[in-house]
Amino acid sequence: MNLHTTRIELRTSPHVVKGLSVEDIMFNVVLALLPIAAFSIWQYGLSALVLLLTATVTCLLTERLFNYWSGEPNTLSDWSATITGLLLALTLPPSFPLWMTVVAGFVAIALGKVMFGGIGHNVFNPALVGRAFVQAAFPVSISTWAPAYASHRFTEFIPTTLTWPLMTPPNIGPWAKQALDGFTGATPLARWKFEHVATAPYDLLTGAATASSGETSAILILLCGAYLAARRFMDWRIPVAVLGSAALVAFLFQLWNPARFPDPGFVLLSGGLMLGAVFMATDMATSPVTPRGVWVYGALIGIVTVVIRYFGGLTEGVMYAILLGNALAPLIDQYMQPKVFGSAGRKT
Amino acid sequence: MAIPGQKELTYLEEFMEGIWKQNPVFVMVLGMCPTLAVSVSAVNSLSMGLATAFVLVCSTLLVSLIRKLVPKEVRIATYIVIIATFVTVVDYLIQAISLALYEALGAFIQLIVVNCIILGRAEAHASKNPPFRTVVNALGMGIGFSIGLFALGSVREILGAGKLFGIPLFGPDFQPWVVMVLPPGGFFVLGAWLLLFNWLSSRKGGLERVEPVEGHVHG
Repeated sequence: MNLHTTRIELRTSPHVVKGLSVEDIMFNVVLALLPIAAFSIWQYGLSALVLLLTATVTCLLTERLFNYWSGEPNTLSDWSATITGLLLALTLPPSFPLWMTVVAGFVAIALGKVMFGGIGHNVFNPALVGRAFVQAAFPVSISTWAPAYASHRFTEFIPTTLTWPLMTPPNIGPWAKQALDGFTGATPLARWKFEHVATAPYDLLTGAATASSGETSAILILLCGAYLAARRFMDWRIPVAVLGSAALVAFLFQLWNPARFPDPGFVLLSGGLMLGAVFMATDMATSPVTPRGVWVYGALIGIVTVVIRYFGGLTEGVMYAILLGNALAPLIDQYMQPKVFGSAGRKT
Repeated sequence: MAIPGQKELTYLEEFMEGIWKQNPVFVMVLGMCPTLAVSVSAVNSLSMGLATAFVLVCSTLLVSLIRKLVPKEVRIATYIVIIATFVTVVDYLIQAISLALYEALGAFIQLIVVNCIILGRAEAHASKNPPFRTVVNALGMGIGFSIGLFALGSVREILGAGKLFGIPLFGPDFQPWVVMVLPPGGFFVLGAWLLLFNWLSSRKGGLERVEPVEGHVHG
């Protein structure tokens, strides 16, 4: 034993470090996403399966490609590209053509993540960057919906899935009619907005409504989120703030004009709000780190979502709300710095 | 350029300056307003590039010819008047050749007056060099600008409409990428080209690279 080891070390905090790595956290998020992915395969069959696989494989390959180009070590094993791929697939409609999924996956990793310097450096949630790009590029395909629980979902692809690259997808109508007579292809949010019909909460809870592949089952998403929150892999305050503020705003609007605005339950359960609040807004790299900032960030996302849904041209606003929240996260952090213990109460 | 102590460029080097080493779009990143706004299709971007090149060559030639007559205090105003004259010529010329093109390019033809490539060339090159050398340099710059615009416009037209020069490339079933003909598409494609250009130049080592002020430390 030499002299150096017996000296008293002077260090700044943290003094106690938990043996938890990025890989552990990311792997657990993947685990939490798997039940939701499995449920979407159960609902939409083969097409959902290949959609999930395509998105994930594209994200992994893109990450590997950029690792290779930049001469940096392989970062596939930290599971973050897998999460991006899974999340991206879960936000896309199950009938989304595979070649467009490849575009979305490439943009998600290349533009959303690698360009900023890889894991931990990205400003925006990569999966949402990918989705925002394909929503701007292919507005028709991203709002074409397939019926859930079609009887032939495990034997046939949804016809749009296997569109040739660069080509326009075929009409989904005949396939959907075969599955469900009177299928309109509108999501609960679109039906509320354009036809003023609110879908029954039971259908929203169990996933019998038309939607993106992973956003239908609120119960499952909440359970998986609870697992992550219980193991402290996720900040529980963010989903609580997002859902709470969305519900509060929806409640106030309904109080003001019950004939025009739906009840808060519908707002919480429809569309991608649940998935976004639990799995996307909570992305560690793109959300604030200050305790008060987290509440502000969550509330902002919830309020913007409801405002876009009620007054915007789009039927769903979660994606843009979260991207906006991501962009404002550093600013929120700056203004919500906790007071340093022992510092003076007021600046003079 | 005639900086003391620096070897004078050959005419070929002078010409290649604008095409590669100091490409207005990819290296100097000048004239971004027409670049992003007009490059929706190959035809639009090429004609915009040629119009700019014409104004560039003519006005730098004139500036170079009268470079010893113009007092220093009023030189910028003189350049602007000269440039505006040739822009007016181009404006009427395009209107006469193709009214459809004229309407597609819109105000951006008139805005060539304030294109910083032209004023920059007049100030930095034409006012200090003899006419022939200036014309060679301006020709390179004009062609370099046209290449840059065409690089953007062709990609945006191919992805945004499935066509090149209005000729369909992929048949009637092509799915257009709507975003490519919108303003964000311009930024995406420009970013991708800049990336490619920087990557090529860092491999060749041929370009004057602008070093970042603060080096990023990889952990």
